[in-house]
Amino acid sequence: MDYAEAKEKIISELSKKKGKTKFYFNDLAKILDAKPRDAKKIVNQLIQEQVLEFWSSGSTSMYGLKGAGKQAGAEGE
Amino acid sequence: MPKHETPMLDQLETGPWPSFVSDIKQEAASRAKNERNVEFQIPEDVCDDLLGVLELSYKHGRTHWKHGGIVGVFGYGGGVIGRYCDQPEMFPGVAHFHTMRVNQPGGKFYSTEYLRQLCDLWEFRGSGITNMHGSTGDIIFLGTTTPQLEEIFYEMTHNLNQDLGGSGSNLRTPSDCIGQARCEYACYDTQALCYDLTQTYQDELHRPAFPYKFKFKFDGCPNCCVASIARADISFIGTWRDDIRIDQEAVQAYIGGELKPNAGAHMGRDWGPFDIQKEVIDLCPTGCMWMDGKELKIDNKECTRCMHCINVMPRALRIGNDRGLSMLVGAKAPILDGAQMSTMLVPFIKAEEPYDDIKEIIEKIWDWWMEEGKNRERLGELMKRQGFQKLLEVTELQPDPRMVQEPRSNPYIFWKEEEVEGGWSRDINEFRKYHQR
Repeated sequence: MDYAEAKEKIISELSKKKGKTKFYFNDLAKILDAKPRDAKKIVNQLIQEQVLEFWSSGSTSMYGLKGAGKQAGAEGE
Repeated sequence: MPKHETPMLDQLETGPWPSFVSDIKQEAASRAKNERNVEFQIPEDVCDDLLGVLELSYKHGRTHWKHGGIVGVFGYGGGVIGRYCDQPEMFPGVAHFHTMRVNQPGGKFYSTEYLRQLCDLWEFRGSGITNMHGSTGDIIFLGTTTPQLEEIFYEMTHNLNQDLGGSGSNLRTPSDCIGQARCEYACYDTQALCYDLTQTYQDELHRPAFPYKFKFKFDGCPNCCVASIARADISFIGTWRDDIRIDQEAVQAYIGGELKPNAGAHMGRDWGPFDIQKEVIDLCPTGCMWMDGKELKIDNKECTRCMHCINVMPRALRIGNDRGLSMLVGAKAPILDGAQMSTMLVPFIKAEEPYDDIKEIIEKIWDWWMEEGKNRERLGELMKRQGFQKLLEVTELQPDPRMVQEPRSNPYIFWKEEEVEGGWSRDINEFRKYHQR
């Protein structure tokens, strides 16, 4: 799968999920149907391009589409 | 006059121990005075509001912090932890109070200049409150706002030669003991290995793609000063595979009282004359020591590196010369499953640059865990779920009696068909010749 195709797939699959805006890395690897290390290269690039953004509780990290779900603005920032 | 009344926090200061409440009050007073005319970039009364929200939490018996956030520095998925207060009108100073993790220097060696630079930066752009080397091991900056994050990151990486640490589903900031820099027990250069792996695994440290957190900790010897055996997914514990070196003259000096046992560490009261039988030989967990006349003898093949005899008589007994480390895996605190200590995986491996053998094992473990680990499942839990035998398979290591904690702790090691000559198939007629139906 080339990068453009992977990007398309991630955006369309994550947009489909209703009521959920944060996803584990494994969810993304499953969507890409790729081994974790290959999926990571694509996911890293999506972060660099600001298609995806990180969310962290401090102990666990998740990914979401940039701008989806609660944003820093909602916290009064 | 404090901004908030804090009667319950004040009680914490009355105990015999140093109190974090006093520390925060001290910082609050120092910010209020601002003798050095610092241009605070976040509210001056942040520490007062921190005390206020903590007092309110004690009153309510509930936290007033919300969980997590999307804040961070660009390109990094770890190192910054979003923290927001759910009573921002009452405590505006801590409405946004993000944590930053900073990679601690190897062996926690500082220059005073470096410490001063860190503190100045944090007074200027943060709350001034730090948590030095708590359970994560790294330097924790407690409390700043989002606009300060990139500024702090730039200053640290460009002017202080310093990186952020790990948080979230990342490789966490690797942590090591002081090692050969000051300790004669260190069996390998903990700081060199810690630094090398930190540099090698930058991507794993900063870009989360693991099922959960993953920790390396490096102990130079089995005294385990950084408690790697209890806390790290991979514990690197120094060991030796030849004999403990014995200086018989020094043994006699301990017996005769010329040398103080434990290097004089327990001299606060009179324990009576040193008794090598009672205090060393009888306490050896494997009973592998004895006196042969005036000579101390050790049956080294029975030694399990408990370090007791070496700690008591450091001038007489020294670590062996053929040194390396053991790799133990799977320690964790209780979150999903109960607490676990590390399990022996590699009894002995040389710790020599460029550490390729060690990296090969690490990467095989990661490949397995990244593929098979469930979300929020630590390595130790995956080992329990799929079995130690599976771990041996993925790391391509041969089973070894030293991996068995005690007899019968794991009896379920099975042969596979390809490991057995002739496989599982048999000639039933040949079998019946010897076995009646």
